[in-house]
Amino acid sequence: MTPELGQLALILALLLALAQGVLPLIGAWRGNRALMATARPAAAGQAVFVAIAFGILVWAFLHFDFSVKYVADNSNLELPWYYRIAAVWGAHEGSLLLWILILNAWTVALAAFSQKLPEVFAARVLAVMGLVAVGFLAFTLFTSDPFGRLLPMPGDGADLNPVLQDPGMTFHPPVLYMGYVGFSVAFAFSIAGLLGGEMEQAWVRWARPWTNAAWGFLTAGIVAGSWWAYAELGWGGWWFWDPVENASFMPWLVGLALIHAQAVTEKRGSLRAWTILLSIFAFSLSLLGTFLVRSGVLTSVHAFASDPRRGVFILAFLTIVVGGSLLLYALRAPKVAGGKPFNVVSRETVLLIGNLLFAVASAMVLLGTLFPLIGDALNLGKISVGPPYFGFLFPLLMLPVVVLMPFGPFLRWGKGEAAALKGLLLRITIAAVACAIIAAFLVDGQLKAIVGVAAGVWIAAGTLLFAYKRWREAPRGRRYPAELAGMLLAHLGMAVFVMGVLLSETLSVTSDVRMAPGQTQHIGGYDFRFDGAHRTTGPNWTADQGIVVVTRNGNKVGTMLPQKRTYLRGQVQTESAIDAGFSRDLYVALGEPMDAGNIQGAWSLRLYYKPFIRWIWGGGLLMMLGGFIAAADKRFRIKRGVETVRIDGLLAQETRA
Amino acid sequence: MPMNPTRKRRLVIVVLVVAAASLAIGLGVYALQQNMNYLFTPSQVQSGQASRYRTFRLGGMVKAGSIQRSDKSLKVTFTVIDAGGAMPVEYTGILPDLFRDNQSVIATGHMDKARFVATEVLAKHDATYMPKELKDAMAKAHAQKKIEEAGNGGQGMGSH
Repeated sequence: MTPELGQLALILALLLALAQGVLPLIGAWRGNRALMATARPAAAGQAVFVAIAFGILVWAFLHFDFSVKYVADNSNLELPWYYRIAAVWGAHEGSLLLWILILNAWTVALAAFSQKLPEVFAARVLAVMGLVAVGFLAFTLFTSDPFGRLLPMPGDGADLNPVLQDPGMTFHPPVLYMGYVGFSVAFAFSIAGLLGGEMEQAWVRWARPWTNAAWGFLTAGIVAGSWWAYAELGWGGWWFWDPVENASFMPWLVGLALIHAQAVTEKRGSLRAWTILLSIFAFSLSLLGTFLVRSGVLTSVHAFASDPRRGVFILAFLTIVVGGSLLLYALRAPKVAGGKPFNVVSRETVLLIGNLLFAVASAMVLLGTLFPLIGDALNLGKISVGPPYFGFLFPLLMLPVVVLMPFGPFLRWGKGEAAALKGLLLRITIAAVACAIIAAFLVDGQLKAIVGVAAGVWIAAGTLLFAYKRWREAPRGRRYPAELAGMLLAHLGMAVFVMGVLLSETLSVTSDVRMAPGQTQHIGGYDFRFDGAHRTTGPNWTADQGIVVVTRNGNKVGTMLPQKRTYLRGQVQTESAIDAGFSRDLYVALGEPMDAGNIQGAWSLRLYYKPFIRWIWGGGLLMMLGGFIAAADKRFRIKRGVETVRIDGLLAQETRA
Repeated sequence: MPMNPTRKRRLVIVVLVVAAASLAIGLGVYALQQNMNYLFTPSQVQSGQASRYRTFRLGGMVKAGSIQRSDKSLKVTFTVIDAGGAMPVEYTGILPDLFRDNQSVIATGHMDKARFVATEVLAKHDATYMPKELKDAMAKAHAQKKIEEAGNGGQGMGSH
């Protein structure tokens, strides 16, 4: 199999994407059913060719075809097969191909399950997906060809970036992309709605599971990325407000607003224009995320040194997508407005406030992330915005969200009763205050930790009380429909997350120390004894491995083996040793030998005690589960008969990614 | 004009949006002002451009052979250089994996007399990659140097 076939497949896919993007739109405009009917076959054909191209690249990696420059740059003979597959998305060109493959997976699923939608609307939705694919395929073919040859063919390749040689990193990009690309569905729905000048509530209902699933994937991707940063970057932090983390966080926030706004629009018909606007922003921010990561304009751990043409291309693409859709929005939005009125005390109001805060938080992150670019453009100097900017503003914006969260589910649509909330307010206040007082003794009166416990209990108590209310009032079998169960899980996840963040931030003990063999350090109630370092080897690396024996009150807790690896091409990578636990992590990372060249001597070490840090990712995983479960609600399906297939479709996408 | 429910709802929405936006802008500007860090190269610092800022970022290359470790603690000193300047840096802690001679680094910290005391040192993950902002800053410092030299009739370098 020659790589040129891959390129050919991509060219054919581009042509089919063009057909998919243009013909159905003309058909919908002229009322030509034959043209509208081209959307599905074109989408299927495009997916087949993209899958062929992707398969050829995987094959090239598995068979060490170093005549392909991308393969030679990102793998070598020593790299284990599983990392050779992961290497496909280990750099720019391949990850773009992965993006397109995932876009095609979503499009095919959409094509398969949109048969019950009105013909004209479905044609428009698929056409918008086709146009997005045109942009990305053109980007790949013109600026980032993964099949470029390297002649003469080298005997061996370079290496996959060692920070990517980790199981967490293998799954992080595909899952994240599932989320990014998933927002294209909500985007396509909104554009199709604007083009037709109408947005039926039924269509929003139908778009909801797609948005929920996309958001679930994005959550999973961010959790995986955060966990990877913690385990792999060797600093023991879980979030750095790095430009690229922010790039995934912005669409997450807007997506979070979007899934709540969609609920309002679907159930009450209100906030239609806002829902459409959020759909546009969620996808635009996903594109911006790609732009920030791939163009190298911002300094970050992810930035690739790259071709400036790429940045210009994505910027142009972004301008067309954002500018075009906002123009369309400005022209058509008034037509799609409507819905039932609501009082100030109502579920709509609470959801709207949450929505605004998420949107503002997203804008705040955007400003902080892009400010260095703005400063550069205005010639203000080389500026960076420090993490305290985000660390100060974000909690402030989320405070009202946390306060209001328990009340949302209890309020009725349209017209809520303030009186009914008093009982709830009293109960969750008692629960939160009681737990805070108990916590105050356990955490030595550290205010942030106490607030964390109180906030977590506040949300959890409210959520559980609502679950109890459903249990009492709703008939058996209809107590917890998937949508509601998903909401409950996700809100509980938020409670766990908030507690995890504030407890681990306050109670962590971090210590960078110099240790000679035999020395002991006492940290967070544990004794860490350094037993020296020695040389060890793995499949494609050699490492200095430290031995740290951890005891607590004389009882052995475990032996930790932190490594400092050197990969084949000389890249150095810290592998921290983590003793994970429900209520605390112990974290040891090797710094460097104090006397260079003498690894048997003293080393600098990072010894961390991180209480409740797992709760951060645990909370994230609960939110992800909530998203997926809500997406599986039967109510969202257009008609019976499609449902089993749809679930299978979602699963198929997961496995394919 | 009497307020019908739709009008009232719109008014509430508009007021909420405006309030949230102005609050966000106000806080955002405040937080930005507090947390903006400028990047300077050693020659820019020596020419006094950084004197207005207490905390700033120093970017450049680690001078070969300048890394000195303390015997007792994690204190390390090294020199960061660019085309026309050099700046001694002191840091206590563990340096990143890719920190070594001739590597481009960015250190955050403040001046203590003639020395830069760093609270954070970053080296990039890709050994061959120099951050674009650092490349630009160094190019700019270099260009300024040339202008100064031309203006001073060739005696510009003497002061260092």
